[in-house]
Amino acid sequence: MTFESFCRGNSQLHRADARIKLVATLALTLVIALCQSFYTAAAGLGLGLGLILLARLPLGMIFRRLLVVNGFIGFLWLTLPLTYPGAAAFSLGPLHVSRAGLLLAGLITLKTNAIILIFISLLATSSVAELGHAMARLHLPAKLCLLLLFSYRYIFVINQEYQRLVRAARLRGFKPGTNLHTYRSYAHLFGMTLVKSWNRAERVHQAMLLRGFSGRFYTLDERRLERRDLMLLGLLSLAAAGLIIMEILKRIS
Amino acid sequence: MTSTPALLELEQISFTYPGARHPVLENIDFSLREGQKIGLIGTNGSGKTTLFHIIMGLLTPTAGRLFFQGRELQQKRDFLALRRTIGLLFQDADDQLFSPTVIEDVAFGPLNLGATPGEARRRAEKTLSELGLTHLKERITHQLSGGEKKLVSLATILVMEPRALLLDEPTNNLDAETRTRLIEILEGLDLAYILISHDWDFLAHTSREIFAIDKGHLLRSENIYFHNHRHFHPCGDIPHKHGGQPHPHDHEHNHEHQHGHPEETRPEREEKQKS
Repeated sequence: MTFESFCRGNSQLHRADARIKLVATLALTLVIALCQSFYTAAAGLGLGLGLILLARLPLGMIFRRLLVVNGFIGFLWLTLPLTYPGAAAFSLGPLHVSRAGLLLAGLITLKTNAIILIFISLLATSSVAELGHAMARLHLPAKLCLLLLFSYRYIFVINQEYQRLVRAARLRGFKPGTNLHTYRSYAHLFGMTLVKSWNRAERVHQAMLLRGFSGRFYTLDERRLERRDLMLLGLLSLAAAGLIIMEILKRIS
Repeated sequence: MTSTPALLELEQISFTYPGARHPVLENIDFSLREGQKIGLIGTNGSGKTTLFHIIMGLLTPTAGRLFFQGRELQQKRDFLALRRTIGLLFQDADDQLFSPTVIEDVAFGPLNLGATPGEARRRAEKTLSELGLTHLKERITHQLSGGEKKLVSLATILVMEPRALLLDEPTNNLDAETRTRLIEILEGLDLAYILISHDWDFLAHTSREIFAIDKGHLLRSENIYFHNHRHFHPCGDIPHKHGGQPHPHDHEHNHEHQHGHPEETRPEREEKQKS
């Protein structure tokens, strides 16, 4: 399992306070997700690309990530133009390809890629721990912050336990196939992993209680916002405002 | 010794797991005083860990009374003071280390007890340096080795400045080096502790008294003695140390078990001590 592939680095975005990045990501992605104009979505994509460059992330890795996401989008291109009502752009034999469907698929593609790029450049440049603490300092509910931090902490342990079970099964000659025995064995493996995780959760909770946990989440993080953090927030807010104005102008005309 | 009130006192404690037919612990009388260093033995499933969890208030005994510094513990709230004074080291360090980084995990306890972030960080750093773990400070907890995890989880407890420790099989899966380190640390602590262990050599180094749980009863082994054992030598004939003491059978190595099993020694119920 690979996590946090982008969080190491020394760019402006890596050094920025995670609170700023969280707030800016929320604003930008909300505007982009809700826009209906191609221009706004394209501007969002441009912004995403710019931020990726600013974060100086390895472009090859970014490209591979985008490929995965666009694999899913590919299904939309297969279905939307054929099922969306409206005038046909052209016909492939008996199939009418809807113009509105094509446009919609295009808009979704633009938006998705823009949002992914913004997420990678702003959020993936912080570690999960930093994000969790930033959420706590933004006064989000403690449960939410703990949920994030604990998922991150224990996903490795749970994966390890699952791999151990799979290995044990393989060493006893288990070969997955398309048969009932395989389905049943996998059900047992998943079930056992679930039970183990549940038991572990209980023990972790006990360990927390013994160290005085009472539901409040404290953080050691005392970092203050610096001038460059505020400047970044200003710039990204301006960008979000620009996108909004663009969208409004497009809708009026 | 008897004049100081016991840190902890168990009176006729019994516990039956829901749905089980037989109690796992029956009429346990026990007390822990300042500075006492106790080894607790017993077969797997004999209730050693259960006893620890009852002491810490994680399990509620089906019968019996529990006293902490002379005061009876009845409600969940009463255990809060006990948990500040007695630390439990879990068998699996992964259960105990849940924060992303080592320093955050060690600071977790002090933060919960109301320390400011700065103060919590200072205390955590002090504890880490006392245990010689400062180099692990910024490490990600899940990436530590098994031995490092065990020592760091000990730090997460010591930072709360307890007066007694309960350690649940602390030497499980530890390499020789970490095990030695743990023995050194325990020897240097001015604390009472109870150790659950199957590791006789470890107990010989760290405990002054041995208790055993057998069929639900807690027995005190009065005249336990350490003990010749049968073991294998990974390096063949190459001489090795037995904790600094000369081995009684340095020339022949097929000696028999002679150590005090609760059945072999004179089992004797712990005398009731009233505070």
